[in-house]
Amino acid sequence: MSIDTQEITKPKASTKGMSKQQFLKAYRTMRTIRDFEDKISEQFMKGNIPGFLHLYSGQEAVAAGLCLLLDDDDYVISTHRGHGHCIAKGGDVGGMMKEIMAKQGGLCDGKGGSMHIADFDKGMLGANAIVGGGPPIIVGAALSAKTLGTDRVGVAFGGDGSSNQGTTFEAMNLAVVLKLPAIFLFENNGYGEGTHASYAVGSKDIASRAQGFGMPAYKVDGTDLFAVYELCKQVVEHCRQGKGPVTIEASVPRFKGHFEGDPQAYRGDGEIERLMKEEDCLEIARKAAVKKKLANAKELDAIDEEIASYINEVTEAALAAPAPGDDELLTNVYSSAY
Amino acid sequence: MPVKTYREAINEALHQAMAEDSSVIVLGEEVSGGAGCDGSRDAYGGVMGVTKGLLPTYGESRVIDTPITESAIIGAAAGAAQTGLRPVAELMFMDFFGVCFDQIYNQAAKFHYMFGGKAKCPMVIRCTTGAGWRAGAQHSQNLTQMVTMVPGLKVVCPTNAYDAKGLMLQAIQDDDCVIFVEDKILYDTSCEVPDEMYTVPFGEAKYYREGSDLTIVAISNPMHKVLAVADRLEAEGITCDVIDPRTTSPLDEEAILESVEMTGRLVVVDEMTPRCGMASDISSIVAEKAFGSLRAPIKKVTAAHSPVPFAPNLEDAWIPQEADIEAAVRQVLEYAS
Repeated sequence: MSIDTQEITKPKASTKGMSKQQFLKAYRTMRTIRDFEDKISEQFMKGNIPGFLHLYSGQEAVAAGLCLLLDDDDYVISTHRGHGHCIAKGGDVGGMMKEIMAKQGGLCDGKGGSMHIADFDKGMLGANAIVGGGPPIIVGAALSAKTLGTDRVGVAFGGDGSSNQGTTFEAMNLAVVLKLPAIFLFENNGYGEGTHASYAVGSKDIASRAQGFGMPAYKVDGTDLFAVYELCKQVVEHCRQGKGPVTIEASVPRFKGHFEGDPQAYRGDGEIERLMKEEDCLEIARKAAVKKKLANAKELDAIDEEIASYINEVTEAALAAPAPGDDELLTNVYSSAY
Repeated sequence: MPVKTYREAINEALHQAMAEDSSVIVLGEEVSGGAGCDGSRDAYGGVMGVTKGLLPTYGESRVIDTPITESAIIGAAAGAAQTGLRPVAELMFMDFFGVCFDQIYNQAAKFHYMFGGKAKCPMVIRCTTGAGWRAGAQHSQNLTQMVTMVPGLKVVCPTNAYDAKGLMLQAIQDDDCVIFVEDKILYDTSCEVPDEMYTVPFGEAKYYREGSDLTIVAISNPMHKVLAVADRLEAEGITCDVIDPRTTSPLDEEAILESVEMTGRLVVVDEMTPRCGMASDISSIVAEKAFGSLRAPIKKVTAAHSPVPFAPNLEDAWIPQEADIEAAVRQVLEYAS
């Protein structure tokens, strides 16, 4: 069996495939992610967030573009850099803020935190702090969809780092063998922690690896919301029709460090400033939408204001919420009698 | 009552669970066998023949032959368990846990807690263990202790066909990830097993023998050596409480402590390496909670602290044997404080 890899490299930004309503939804999602990440960065610096944070800033168009095509009962699984995926999948933003601040009412009752953020009501099967931990699990979610006869799809978000893990390869092969509705979406932000993908990814790219497993693979400019959406429309449809798994490699910038507080000595001079100026998916989407009259600046400004105030509101609520009770330590270790 | 082997009992449990609940699936390497080959399907029915006959009855959508891909098997089972199925995954040999352990202890075991009780992981991982088949260092180990120490997992080690069926049916209906350790030395042993469905609860020890001079706790196949020793001692007028915990997680501490409080003497037997094993764990529990009742030091009988050797004479020396058990028992009985 051989399947040709089809490549779509940097398709021209076209707003044709997206309705105004869809664009506004995606824009709102992207803005929510950006503001959420900026706010938790600020709260982390103030000492209000324990542990580690890995921010999604700069990659918003990928989660927003794909998740426009998913329903609540489709599945996604994420990485340590998972806030954006959770928000785009419709996750409860207030519950996320409380979770990240380790408060009661958090999506995981304060037992997961940033690296395990999840919203099962929205098919978000969790951020996963083991690089390459998610793909085998999404194969299982896709297996459920096929076995139970639904048209659900499962998406494993990963990065260039996870593309080098053996678990990812096993998952991709099994998805092809069992012809499952799984999408392996690699967001190549150029860095696995503090090592460049040009050093760590031995092949010319990630997409061509998927070809080796016998599934179609595409490359897309992940700063272009419209290109992501157009590609994902085909890919999601392919999966829903039972035609087997697909891989997408989206190139994206990483505006922040591997973790908040990362001194980033490995970055080039002026690199981050250049990325933020030239590769900001929010600005690119906004300009294209205004130019093509899909939205006007005024209504987008109104969304920006509304979201800024919403994020402030959920932050205040999370700050005011109590920590989990001490008696929660041993609850939910098991689902059933022990 | 019909007599069935350990293998037949587990096979029957799988058949009955799959017939009763369409969300139960079986997956793993060669669970039917022959996929993609010119010859017949169901060629193996699992490496030990335990899943034979499931494919013809339930079809390829529920009896899934996978490639040799343990991480993907366990990950897929965990993902399927989170999303509406009750998978029973087979890992052939417990030795293979090494290539998929992340999916067991970091993923399946933690979903429920880490996600605040909102995810469930109702899955069973079947695996085989037990030395004595001259299978060498990578197909013979019992690693029960490595999964028993993980919060979120339940660990089952049946020692007879009756328990194997009842514990398997319990494992499949349980909402947590259950590691089901089948001892390959026991597959052809048999006892009376009812045809109908029944469950054996987790965390309830079985008393194989009741006595007052000594408590012997044994895990998995060494139990049968313990019984031979206990029966010999009985002929000498020495009676033993012989306890099979049946599940190492949860562990029926109460049964063990109650027995030791009565007998004052304890020998623990397993076929694991001696450090941090089940024998060590049970010994520490008794030392901590029933110290005042002990009339002799606790004695552990375990395998040697080495990989399982291939040469038959060396493997036999590695395995805890009846003579080792008997010597330990006599030492504990003869101890005078």
